Amino acid sequence: MRTINKLALAGATALLANPAIAQEAPGLDEKINQAFANLTGPFVSFIFAPLPGTSFPWIVMWLVVAASVFTIYFALVQLRFFSHAISLVKGDYSDPNDAGEVSHFQALATALSGTVGLGNIAGVAVAVGIGGPGATFWMILAGLLGMASKFTECTLGVKYRNEYEDGTVSGGPMYYMSKGFKELGLPGGGFLAILFSIFCILGALGGGNMFQANQAHQQIAGIVGDYPGWITGLVFAVVVFMVIVGGLKSIARVTEKVVPFMGVLYVLTALVILIMNADMIGWAFGQIFAGAFTGLGVAGGMVGALIQGFKRAAFSNEAGVGSAAIAHSAVRTKEPITEGFVSLLEPFIDTVVICTMTALVIIITQQLIIDPETGNYMLNEAGTAIATVDGNSGVSLTSAAFGSAFSFFPYILAVAVILFAFSTMISWSYYGLKAWTYLFGEGHTKELIFKVIFCIFVVIGAAANLGPVIDFSDAAIFAMAVVNVFALYFLMKKVREELASYSSRLQSGEIRKFEH
Amino acid sequence: MTVKIVIGLDGTETGGRAIDFAKDLATRLDACELLCAYVIEWSPFTFQTPEENATRHKRREEEIETATSRVVDPAVSALKEAGFNASGIVRHGDVAETLNTIAVDNGGAQIIVGRASEHGFTKRIFGSSTQNLVMHADVPVTVVN
Repeated sequence: MRTINKLALAGATALLANPAIAQEAPGLDEKINQAFANLTGPFVSFIFAPLPGTSFPWIVMWLVVAASVFTIYFALVQLRFFSHAISLVKGDYSDPNDAGEVSHFQALATALSGTVGLGNIAGVAVAVGIGGPGATFWMILAGLLGMASKFTECTLGVKYRNEYEDGTVSGGPMYYMSKGFKELGLPGGGFLAILFSIFCILGALGGGNMFQANQAHQQIAGIVGDYPGWITGLVFAVVVFMVIVGGLKSIARVTEKVVPFMGVLYVLTALVILIMNADMIGWAFGQIFAGAFTGLGVAGGMVGALIQGFKRAAFSNEAGVGSAAIAHSAVRTKEPITEGFVSLLEPFIDTVVICTMTALVIIITQQLIIDPETGNYMLNEAGTAIATVDGNSGVSLTSAAFGSAFSFFPYILAVAVILFAFSTMISWSYYGLKAWTYLFGEGHTKELIFKVIFCIFVVIGAAANLGPVIDFSDAAIFAMAVVNVFALYFLMKKVREELASYSSRLQSGEIRKFEH
Repeated sequence: MTVKIVIGLDGTETGGRAIDFAKDLATRLDACELLCAYVIEWSPFTFQTPEENATRHKRREEEIETATSRVVDPAVSALKEAGFNASGIVRHGDVAETLNTIAVDNGGAQIIVGRASEHGFTKRIFGSSTQNLVMHADVPVTVVN
């Protein structure tokens, strides 16, 4: 997920706190920041509070425990049905008479365009930069476990979606909370759905919008030089407005085609760098395994590596957050569980493949400085992260790693970040809209109000340096996970019924491949 | 025995010439059924926005309705009025692949299509639907100029 990384944010906040800078930018912005921080601080602190005696945020533990529970409850569904998921995406089980409907591939690609991005580029750099190569091991493990969470929520997303008379569909956690709980005779489903919708709207306006606009502006300013952020925001807002209000699908179509291309280009470039340094791949994996269990000198040792790995994986693939259930619910299938199988590929592609590629490139290009005497990684002056070549961190660390092999690649990476930011905005505008219409009802005017608000927040996000606002938005996205996972624990038995039924029919040959 | 001939329509003049040729062929046969097929170009491997996905089913129905009312139904009606045994079908998919599937599934003896109506870059790179059909079809194909 392209959500803000807390440490980069902490750095930005520290800069804001710098008196020299504060003197240069006093006034309204700072007052707004302070007022907002005071208002939302307790909520943010609660969501990101560490477990007692550790620096491990409980929300990350909440997601990892949930993923582990689903993995056990569904008896390693992510391994047992992995190849079946690929067959489904290939269309082997798609009825030719359904041609023209949303395919499994399209639903997966749409959901992926909302998750692959800054989290894979900047988030991994933060994880490896602080937790060392060992963080990669825990990141992969969390990604593998997260596949079961995605499977659970996306199956329910399709099972309990609303299909309207005009042929359109609406689905997501708010629908399985209200309809699923009612079906089970449980109280509180409606309340959970409302709570989830509120957090989803806030998350969409923040992490899915303001942060993206902010990061896109930072990238552009990094290339062309500093200029007022509202200009970037206005341009983005106009383009987003044209797409989501004006229905200018050509822009969305171009983006939806270019973004996967950028993703593939990123992975291929990483592969080329790995092939160029093939002799070091064994060493890199050695560092990953050794670091996972010893820390190799990083702050916090093995636990430090574990925290960073789990944290970045959870932040990157959104497993358990519930957003993917909204995206996947549009697929046309008679078997809701098939979309669950397909969705479990999402954390695999996002975290296990793409994040690992980023980590390997950073490790192999030796951006992290090793003490030749001990073989351990050297810490920076503050002792909070590993010392890097030129002191890079976050996006600039990834950029430097790729740039060390291909000097032009940082420019491509900057373009990729901007495009990823735009496609995330389009995805989250939809997630937010679905939550909005759940609360206020469907209707042109009601939808238009949300879309206009969304566009206004694009400008604010790019123009202002509102750390606390982004902090709050980030917390709102993870608050979605609190509500969503809670509901999933109650509804997972419905998924198991679907799984048992589907498995037996698949084994008996009742469900079979179509000849294409 | 009734011979079934599949006519690939594309809503252009070339499709009209394919119908004329099929009519001429049908009059020479004892029993012949003409199946007018229109394929809406579509791939399950394209990229779409979440909103497009949500409204896709509705769009699909509209596309089928438009193709049926504007292209297939008029062609079938005209053939029936001329005394031919005719029916129509609309499908989504890759044009060449789907026309072949329609022919195979319906026991078509041959497919008649007009010359390619695509132009430009795509045709140069990937070839036209007609070219692909001629290359890969499981039944004989007649291309009408």
